[in-house]
Amino acid sequence: MKISHDWLRAFVPHALTPQAVGELLSDHTVTLDGIAPLRADLVPFVVARVVASEKIPETKLSFNKVDDGSGTLLEVVCGAPNVTVGALYPFARTGTVMPAGLTIEKRKIRGFTSNGMLCSARELGLGDDHEGILALSVDVPPGTPLLGAMPIGDTQLDLDVLPNRPDLLSHRGVARELSALTGVNMETPVELQGTAAIPLATTGRPSATAHGVRVTVEDPAGAPHYIAVVIRGVKMDASPDWLKQRMESVGSRSISNVVDATNYVLHALGQPVHAFDLAKLAQHAIVVRKAKVGETLVTLDGATRTLEPWMTIIADGERATALAGVMGGQASQVTDATTDVLLEVAHFAPRDVRKVRRALGLSTDASYRFERGVDGGSTDEIASLAARLIVAVAGGTIESVLDVGAPPPSAAAVRLRPARVDQLLGAHVAEEEIERLLAAVGFMVEPGADRAFSVMPPTWRHDVSHEVDLVEEIARLRGYDALPDELRPYRIGTVPDHPLHIAGRRVRDALVAAGLAETRPMPFTKGDGTPHARVANPLAEDEPYLRKSLLDTLARRAEYNLNQHEGNVRLFEIGSAFIPDGAGLPSEELRVAALIMGARRPAHFTEPKPAAFDAWDAKALAETIARAAFPGASVRLEAGESGELWTLHVVEADPEPEIGPEQEDGSYTELFRITVFQVGSVRTVALDAPVWASPAFGVEVTLGLLPSAPVAEPGKHDYSATDERSDPHFPSFALLPTTPAAEFDLALIVPIDMPAEMVERVMQQAGGEMLEHVELFDEFRGAGVPEGKRSLAWRLTFRHPERTLRDKEIDGRRAQLLKTLEKELGVVPRTA
Amino acid sequence: MTLAEFQKECESLAADGPALISAVTDLGAWGDLRNALVGRTGGRLTDIMSALGSLPKEDRRAAGQLANATKVAIEELLEKRRAELAGAAKSVVIGDPSMPARQNWRGSVHPVSLVIDEISEIFRELGFSIALGPEAETEWYNFLSLNFPADHPAMELHDTLYLEGGGLLRTHTSPVQIRTLQKYPPPIRILAPGNVYRRDFFDATHSPMFAQIEGLAVDEGISFADLKATLTHFARRFYGASRRTRFRPSFFPFTEPSAEMDVEADLGDGRGLRWIEIMGCGLVHPAALESAGVDSEKYTGWAFGMGPGRIAQSRYNIPDCRIMFDSDVRFLEQFAP
Repeated sequence: MKISHDWLRAFVPHALTPQAVGELLSDHTVTLDGIAPLRADLVPFVVARVVASEKIPETKLSFNKVDDGSGTLLEVVCGAPNVTVGALYPFARTGTVMPAGLTIEKRKIRGFTSNGMLCSARELGLGDDHEGILALSVDVPPGTPLLGAMPIGDTQLDLDVLPNRPDLLSHRGVARELSALTGVNMETPVELQGTAAIPLATTGRPSATAHGVRVTVEDPAGAPHYIAVVIRGVKMDASPDWLKQRMESVGSRSISNVVDATNYVLHALGQPVHAFDLAKLAQHAIVVRKAKVGETLVTLDGATRTLEPWMTIIADGERATALAGVMGGQASQVTDATTDVLLEVAHFAPRDVRKVRRALGLSTDASYRFERGVDGGSTDEIASLAARLIVAVAGGTIESVLDVGAPPPSAAAVRLRPARVDQLLGAHVAEEEIERLLAAVGFMVEPGADRAFSVMPPTWRHDVSHEVDLVEEIARLRGYDALPDELRPYRIGTVPDHPLHIAGRRVRDALVAAGLAETRPMPFTKGDGTPHARVANPLAEDEPYLRKSLLDTLARRAEYNLNQHEGNVRLFEIGSAFIPDGAGLPSEELRVAALIMGARRPAHFTEPKPAAFDAWDAKALAETIARAAFPGASVRLEAGESGELWTLHVVEADPEPEIGPEQEDGSYTELFRITVFQVGSVRTVALDAPVWASPAFGVEVTLGLLPSAPVAEPGKHDYSATDERSDPHFPSFALLPTTPAAEFDLALIVPIDMPAEMVERVMQQAGGEMLEHVELFDEFRGAGVPEGKRSLAWRLTFRHPERTLRDKEIDGRRAQLLKTLEKELGVVPRTA
Repeated sequence: MTLAEFQKECESLAADGPALISAVTDLGAWGDLRNALVGRTGGRLTDIMSALGSLPKEDRRAAGQLANATKVAIEELLEKRRAELAGAAKSVVIGDPSMPARQNWRGSVHPVSLVIDEISEIFRELGFSIALGPEAETEWYNFLSLNFPADHPAMELHDTLYLEGGGLLRTHTSPVQIRTLQKYPPPIRILAPGNVYRRDFFDATHSPMFAQIEGLAVDEGISFADLKATLTHFARRFYGASRRTRFRPSFFPFTEPSAEMDVEADLGDGRGLRWIEIMGCGLVHPAALESAGVDSEKYTGWAFGMGPGRIAQSRYNIPDCRIMFDSDVRFLEQFAP
């Protein structure tokens, strides 16, 4: 919202600088976004003193020595007759661009060098006076910037008005706040002090007629209050200078006296008003109604709009001629030929205006204000002020006022308990102070029942309907910074850390320790033809879907790195995957994904080039993630299918056994039900990669669900859920061995399709309690090994808890193991 | 063998021993020497001892004592030397010490996560725990429960990405407030970090997705003074103890009074000390509490929200936010510890 400092002072004649006004408003009312001199083109000009002057013979020129504060006196030729030694003038140094566009350069005139220019009022765009240079009656040292030396030009304050305060969308609205904050009384600006005679209003519902002009409101819901003022005999012309300046000061283009007057009313008072050319209204009628099916309208911007039957429009006796509260029509706009004006000052329903604005994508100063809510209580007053302003700038007489409908009913009074104010602010605010603060910004404060106030908000404040709204008024008017702050004791909260947050942090720590970099990319994707959750209104149509896989995103990020010629990529992400789930919201899972490609570690001069990451690194990464994500759980990696190298499964045993069938000896078996669910996979990642790139491997694991189902019905709570409290896991400690271990190696010929894990299981069973550890350390295929087989070598470690094992025992164990392996799996030792 | 001969053998061993023992320089040679001197088979002392039986009976006692004393002395020297050799560092020749160390890849945490962690740590000291919620949300949790009037310009503050088939991508982390209040009774002290979405073009300072961290405290007797004190404490911990802070009026549908908190800070960008907005905050609106079935007369609360992405940009001098989404490992590695 652009506010002119001068215009503001026309309402509140304060003596503050624009900066001080901005700070005051920021502290109590609305944030100042920026502050700009309106005459930014005058920034380079300085004040200079003429220290010597002599006439150049046979010319009107003078040759002067000028002090511009630079420390060197400048020689300047001047054509003005009024150069006075010792006087101060606006001065343009060489290189300065004049408001008209000319650049001042050093030049020779009649043999005299001129280094700059002393300026007239007209040259600076400060008026029409070009009789001589502009003598400045200020007391500043030479070199002072012109704008800093005197109040030339206006200053524009840019206020960030939020949707709750539409009353600040006008100079009068901001002035009200400033008046309350400074204690300076409001005034009516000179330009609004017009006194043209106003006839008594012709009122009616749903229509009113006077002097052959008829106003009918067929859609009172869309236009609860509609005032038309008929002004005859206006003379269309350019606006007077003061009005042009007002328009410029808020960045608006001056169009004509009548149009500028309506825009003045909008910016000064916050009420959008519209001037129709009465002659162009068929049957001199205004009909506020819903549009008809297929009806069209050419709006002021020249666009042809097709209207919908739910839109409130202004029609004349025959056709639509304006969009209510949004924009006027081309056909009925005022032109140079206009003599009679119908001025519309109305109250349109905010939601209807908003709907039309959105449907047509047509946001205007008017729609912006109607949507947020105008002051329904001042429509009559503004109709008079606006009509008189038009007469003041364009002449004519006010013939009639047609007033249809009524102002909206006033809001309900709000109950305010002073004790609650103290409680919420944590500070005592005296009742007199409450009354004083609220009254200053227009609230009517009356004593109410039970030691409470009954507070009536002013008609321009639509944001105050609760007690807390008044508490905010009191707090901000006193000043948030003037309220106390004090750290007080607190009670411990009932909410535990979310278990997925804890799991995520453990996984993050593990992956960072493993040398991977966390990233936080966006979850949008191109899709692949399979069902995906889709954004209905995406900004870019190329990635409208939400990902189902984090590796999908990491693959694109890896490609980005390859494009930067970076082939060593180690990325991970902890984020949401969105699994489409029928018609409703997608099912959301918090997942972790990691992608590795390129060198396993940085090169070092002591070694050959490090090998690239391979599938076994990916498997290790999967195990790392699983350990961190599901501490204490049993995690199984199974051979994967269709592009997956492995799938990850969590095995959960039901803690309570079920009783199985009766045995022959009359006992029962306890059955522990086991649930196995897949939580992730390890796979190769397909990339659009250059030839030099290494293969990429990925791991993706689901940590848990982030359900979007409601916790409880609206307005209700449900404190029964405990599913998010996780039991901590503690690793169990095993005593350290006190006896030496015995080891031997076993090389076996194993069929290629027999998993090593299967052989190990048999070893574990046959090895007995003393078999402590089995480690596969070699695989060999080729010479000496039969077709279809491979040689696998294990190191087996045995240990007795209490004594040293004898060689004989170990040899016996070895023979026993080989026998069992051959019997159960047909696996035999490899002979040299 | 005579006693004199036996004595001579022992003395000879006692005389040779120290020189031989101090001459060994590694544990392997030490082991060989030990075997040669006192080894069970072929050790010099063992050989001497085996001659004991051939001595006259009356000499055996004196000879035995002498042999034992020699053995103890030799073994003492051997053990001393072993300890010296075992304790000495292995000598390594590195040649050119200026050559580079062997490296491993350095893992790193994303700058936005670093900022979230830093904020969380400070609030953890004040008893806050971490709550999470879904990013694909219902309109009720994102807007209506938080007192956004339906079809009102306040919604324009949140340019929303809607999902086909209903729902939306949450525009702020505030839905977690309502979900938490519905699930757990007061007192509540939570932080809700997470990603949020706005229909914003992707440029140097905007992105359709960004991180937010929300804080919520609800209990009996929570006041604006409490809000100011807690957040001021936070700001001083985060930006420095001498930093000035200020609170200005603002508007959020779900807080009343609403405030913007500024801190006077020098971001090291050459613009010097100035006020920067760091968060929006306010007392929780009674309507938001009632949405979650909390009695707003009995309980009051405050909430804040801030943008870790913006903070990361200024904290780490990142001129363009897009690099934080690119996932360029050369960028991410810079945040390795």
